[in-house]
Amino acid sequence: MSELLLMMWEFFKTGLFAVGGGLATIPFLQEMGQTYGWFDVDTLSTMIAISESTPGPMGVNMATYVGYTLHGVIGGILTTLSLVAPSIIVIIIIANMLDKFKQSKLVQDVFVGIRPFVVGLILAACIDIFLTTLFDFSALDILNKISWLHMLIFVIGLVVYEKFKLHPILVIVLGAILGILLGL
Amino acid sequence: MNKLWELYIAWFKMGLFTFGGGYAMLPMIQRDVVEKKKWATEDEIMDYYAIGQCTPGIIAVNTATFVGYKIKGIAGGIIATLGVVSPSLIIITIIAAFLTNFQDIVVVQQALSGIRISVCILMSVSIYKLAKKSVTNIFGITLCVLAFVMSYFTSVSTVLLVVVAGICGIIKGRISHE
Repeated sequence: MSELLLMMWEFFKTGLFAVGGGLATIPFLQEMGQTYGWFDVDTLSTMIAISESTPGPMGVNMATYVGYTLHGVIGGILTTLSLVAPSIIVIIIIANMLDKFKQSKLVQDVFVGIRPFVVGLILAACIDIFLTTLFDFSALDILNKISWLHMLIFVIGLVVYEKFKLHPILVIVLGAILGILLGL
Repeated sequence: MNKLWELYIAWFKMGLFTFGGGYAMLPMIQRDVVEKKKWATEDEIMDYYAIGQCTPGIIAVNTATFVGYKIKGIAGGIIATLGVVSPSLIIITIIAAFLTNFQDIVVVQQALSGIRISVCILMSVSIYKLAKKSVTNIFGITLCVLAFVMSYFTSVSTVLLVVVAGICGIIKGRISHE
């Protein structure tokens, strides 16, 4: 029981101090493993692999996985709730303030600077997915450095998605089916 | 009550079909939250992402709380957040319970390589839409390129970068209001 409370506290702290995406939780998990011996480095890398290959935010997936492995279903639920509790508290406070300050010229100016900046940040966060999916840098000759089949699917998919305004979920499902059929 | 249920279902779907972190959620947010439900504007989503970047917690969760709170107050914030984490809870628990070598299964790997292409398709359209709206002048282009370079090639903290971008916005505002 006390270990469960300790775990909840640790995940609450992770939720409170991990600023940025799900990847930001990794250093905290590493430290947790070292301090309490709840899991070793191998388990951690398995956890990361599973989180990356299942839907949902990575940090949440990792919290559920750790909680479940250590304390079953209840453990998974409690660690996950502990992880998101700080977000709920902090964001509700900020959302409240944002409503009040939205009319302020200063706040509007701040966001004029931040909006284009975030586009760059998103691009930086996604570029590696693009590179590893559409190119193969291990190939020896230049022509093969492009994964032609992937690139072809990408281009056709892009045209079809835009032309027929498909729902993003349909695109994900079609991608999975194509991947299995073509053995990508 | 109905609205809360609607929030829960919408964010459950978002959690269920997002592969690879909060940014990959963007196409779905644009389609469902902005265009279909009109719960927030594209600009607001950008602001939430920016705030989500420099506040603690996972971006996907922060964005869900923001939209939920805007629509239905504190209860809305909590329900939307529970919605976005529910699929993870269910799926990960099942995997942890039954599949020890989940990521070694060939069909899973093949499906995932297909999904990765889908994510590229969705993200290129989303990023293009955002850029068309907010990267409209030389000021926007400069900040966008700067953000990409600093965040991809250096390890300067994102929080600091977002704060600097905000200050640039204030300075630009001062100059153009005069």
